[in-house]
Amino acid sequence: MLKIDVDGCIGCGVCESTCTFGAIKVEDGIAVVGDKCTLCGSCVDACEVGALSIERAEKVVISDLDSWSGVWVFAEFRDGRIAPVAMELLGIGRQLADQRAVPLSAVLLGSGLGEQARELIGFGADQVYQVDHPALASFTDDAYGNVLADLARAHKPEIILAGATAIGRSFIPRVATMLATGLTADCTDLAIRPSDGVLLQTRPAFGGNIMATIECPHTRPQMATVRPLVMKPLAFDGARQGKIIEVSPDPVLLQSRVAVVESIREKGDQVNITEADILVSGGRGLENEKGFALVRELAELLGGAVAASRGAVDSGWVGYPHQVGQTGKTVCPKIYFACGISGAIQHLVGMQSSDTIIAINRDENAPIFGVSTYGIVGNVFEVLPLLIARLKERRGTRAGK
Amino acid sequence: MKIIVCVKQVPDAKDVRLDPKTNTMAREGVQSIMNPYDRHALEAAVQLKEQYGGTVTALTMGPPQAEETLREAVACGADDAVLVSDRAFAGADTWATSYTLAMAVRKLGDFDLIVCGKQAIDGDTAQVGPGLAQRLDIPYVAYARKIHSCTDGKIRLERLMDDGYDLVEMRLPGLLTVVKEVNEPRVPSLKGKMKAKSLKATVLTAADLQADPACLGLRGSTTQVVRVFSPEFKAERCMLTGTAAEQVDQLLAKLDSLQ
Amino acid sequence: MNYFLTEEQQMIVDVARQITDEKIIPQRAELDEKEEFPTEILKTIAKADLFGLYIPEQYGGFGGGSFDMVLALEQFSRGCVGIATSFAASALGAYPILISGSDELKERYMPVIARGEKWAAFGLTEANAGSDASGIQTTAVLDGDEWVLNGTKQWITNAGDAKIYSIIAITDRSKGPRGASMFVVEDTDPGFSYGVKEKKLGIRASSTRELIFKDCRIPKDRMIGRQGTGFFTVMRTLDLSRPGIASLGIGLGQGALDEAVNYAKQRVQFGRPVISFQAVQHILADMAIQLEASRALVYATSRYIDSDPKDMSKYSSMCKVMATDMAMKVTTDAVQILAGYGYMREYPVEKMMRDAKILQIYEGTNQIQRNVIGQALNKEYSRS
Repeated sequence: MLKIDVDGCIGCGVCESTCTFGAIKVEDGIAVVGDKCTLCGSCVDACEVGALSIERAEKVVISDLDSWSGVWVFAEFRDGRIAPVAMELLGIGRQLADQRAVPLSAVLLGSGLGEQARELIGFGADQVYQVDHPALASFTDDAYGNVLADLARAHKPEIILAGATAIGRSFIPRVATMLATGLTADCTDLAIRPSDGVLLQTRPAFGGNIMATIECPHTRPQMATVRPLVMKPLAFDGARQGKIIEVSPDPVLLQSRVAVVESIREKGDQVNITEADILVSGGRGLENEKGFALVRELAELLGGAVAASRGAVDSGWVGYPHQVGQTGKTVCPKIYFACGISGAIQHLVGMQSSDTIIAINRDENAPIFGVSTYGIVGNVFEVLPLLIARLKERRGTRAGK
Repeated sequence: MKIIVCVKQVPDAKDVRLDPKTNTMAREGVQSIMNPYDRHALEAAVQLKEQYGGTVTALTMGPPQAEETLREAVACGADDAVLVSDRAFAGADTWATSYTLAMAVRKLGDFDLIVCGKQAIDGDTAQVGPGLAQRLDIPYVAYARKIHSCTDGKIRLERLMDDGYDLVEMRLPGLLTVVKEVNEPRVPSLKGKMKAKSLKATVLTAADLQADPACLGLRGSTTQVVRVFSPEFKAERCMLTGTAAEQVDQLLAKLDSLQ
Repeated sequence: MNYFLTEEQQMIVDVARQITDEKIIPQRAELDEKEEFPTEILKTIAKADLFGLYIPEQYGGFGGGSFDMVLALEQFSRGCVGIATSFAASALGAYPILISGSDELKERYMPVIARGEKWAAFGLTEANAGSDASGIQTTAVLDGDEWVLNGTKQWITNAGDAKIYSIIAITDRSKGPRGASMFVVEDTDPGFSYGVKEKKLGIRASSTRELIFKDCRIPKDRMIGRQGTGFFTVMRTLDLSRPGIASLGIGLGQGALDEAVNYAKQRVQFGRPVISFQAVQHILADMAIQLEASRALVYATSRYIDSDPKDMSKYSSMCKVMATDMAMKVTTDAVQILAGYGYMREYPVEKMMRDAKILQIYEGTNQIQRNVIGQALNKEYSRS
């Protein structure tokens, strides 16, 4: 409850202008709070006469927070390999674990895992809880959730990270609910607050128009899902030492109320470019189908989708669903690469509100540079191959791929 | 079939911005709409009702004005509507929200299926659906992209995965969250709008739910907001110079700092 | 401007607007390009209960009148006149049955039209009978229990996609103005076929074909009203439907004005948005004035018609002339404002300009309308 000291309030309106949600207004000289208050406390901090306070009922802290220790990363396993996001999570996980001076563990669930746990150690894990069982061959929310929750209750990590993938976003909320703890989805930044060791989780809201930093102060573990391609993996170190702990779960945990009848893999041409975070877009400057292939390659390396200007579509190098612009789609990705695109207004209206626009064009007067965040005046046939080569180098060596 | 659809009234996210100077949300001209994914959830429920018979109840947790969204739901085929509203719910995160909704669902009695949208476009967490299912101790399937059939107490559907889809079967009662591919939501009909006009939604307060106050609103939340800020505006217009190799290196450095 | 709509009228506007924004506008360019009939959109309109707007409740309709149709058509035509025409033409085909048909005929056809299950069409025009409707040559001859129709109707909207056709044919040429009757012909009737789809300047999503009657046999009970009342029914139908056409004009004008203003605000030349130039402002101002004046006249006329007056022809013609002449001017001005871009098919205004022309021609050319108005004035002033 936001409490307003009506005697102390001077009706100055600072709270009203600070409130992000439009929940507090000055009426008849006194601040009045409405339904939209989220108790974030910004106005309390801003009030210069201390007329505002948040009354929080005493929270019964159920768990002894200090007994929860360690950083965990859920490693997703599908189609015979560990999802790359797991390595990225180990990268940030390592930082968090080091800051907290605790071990970093990975939890690997699946069937026919073989020696793959070693990869997790090579990418930074101190230990891996490995659960290898036929019942985990297909992903089910029940079995995966039960096993992870059970392990968490037994070993009490203070932080659990998972990829914000279809699998992660599906079952991790269930795990958080089972553990009666807080979960923040789609984090783009994670950090430890030095004063109390609490995990600060930053994520976008309102479709990315606003960023929020969230904490889970009173329960453990602190759980977060992280988008793929946001964090960076450490360099693989084959010599790294770590423990692999085989876990045999209680069969009851492995039952699922949902049956997976069949898993069907589909080629990604059904990609909806309006939902992609990264778009690599090509225009007439790529000259031909072979030139356009560079765009495809770059998109693949970045985990993004292929887009195009009308010129490229009309030339037949790519299908109409990929067209961006007045007569194509309007997109607003985090990163938009415009390769060999001049930036005619009809194209710009379809992409100019992208968060970051990177343009490569040999004409320094090309209109695309007027909206780009970073511009490279150069030959797209020099720049793109170089960029592609560098990105391939960074991917590093990975066992088995 | 008795189907419950969870809907939420949200600000039209694409119009929401923070004024970086005052850190306030620019509220002018931002419309309130039914969360787009919930329109798909409602359509899925109504189509199941039309195919197999039964009723569809629209359920929302929100301030009194959320009743507008319930009217929209009735205009598009819901048979009745329930508004769960109370000052005590303010500041609820997804944990407290799923608690509150679970209490409301229990109050509504038996049901066969709950349908939710994948996520709300303001919070973007996609957590309430699975959390609600867990609290009600029912199975769920998230990211439903096509419903095949619903017979003999089982629903057969396709679940979207990163690399394709899974064909799954779930025993009812259960919960689904749906993605946009699942259907084309209908436009409200005139008869529907007239029915909605005379709608008296059932209103449930915290007391009606016999909810534990310690589990509601901010007090009942496990997470809380530390701060809110605008994403960095990258209006730099920075031209990278040098040889192609130098330009690429600079670009990679910029991309790294982005992430 | 607030026209003080009732809650129900506002609902009609809201539903029609939503359909226009979500379905019509996204598809209009493609349907125009491909000259494709908007089947799916019409089905959406049917599901929204709008096909029954003007049909009495006893037949499953909404029980509304001319003004309600005007409100819906104004929204649809803001999106696309071709699609809106397909919807309007079904009402045109249904009106004769409503006006003159027996109860039995109404019971047979109105419910299915109200549900949008089957669309209707109106068959009057022939190669030698356009403005001069009396020149029709399609004949209907009674043979036992059946009427046998022979002849060809030209440029019929919805032909081929509609299933219910209101057709006027000569039943007794010696009787002059009382020599024609109207009939309901169904798509499955023997001896009834369609010509090839016409290629048009505009409203290309609308289907326009010939109707060919070659010893087309229909049961006796398909006559609409008493024998010899054909021209009366036609005139009355057109009186009722003209505000609808006028409404297509105001919707189209609104769509064009919207495009023109939005463009002028963001197009920068000589360092300023072009809307800051007086020349542009004046063009836009004149567009807006004519649009609003037309709207006011159309609304007033359709509300008047709903009061079931004896004399509606003059006003019905007036609002049709004003709104459609306005639409032609406003859409042409819109293209001018968008200048080079306006001429390109990528932008919606060239289609709007192409669509506008037909409004001045069909349902009675604007020249014929002026005849009607002139004659009505003559008659009016003669009385005193």
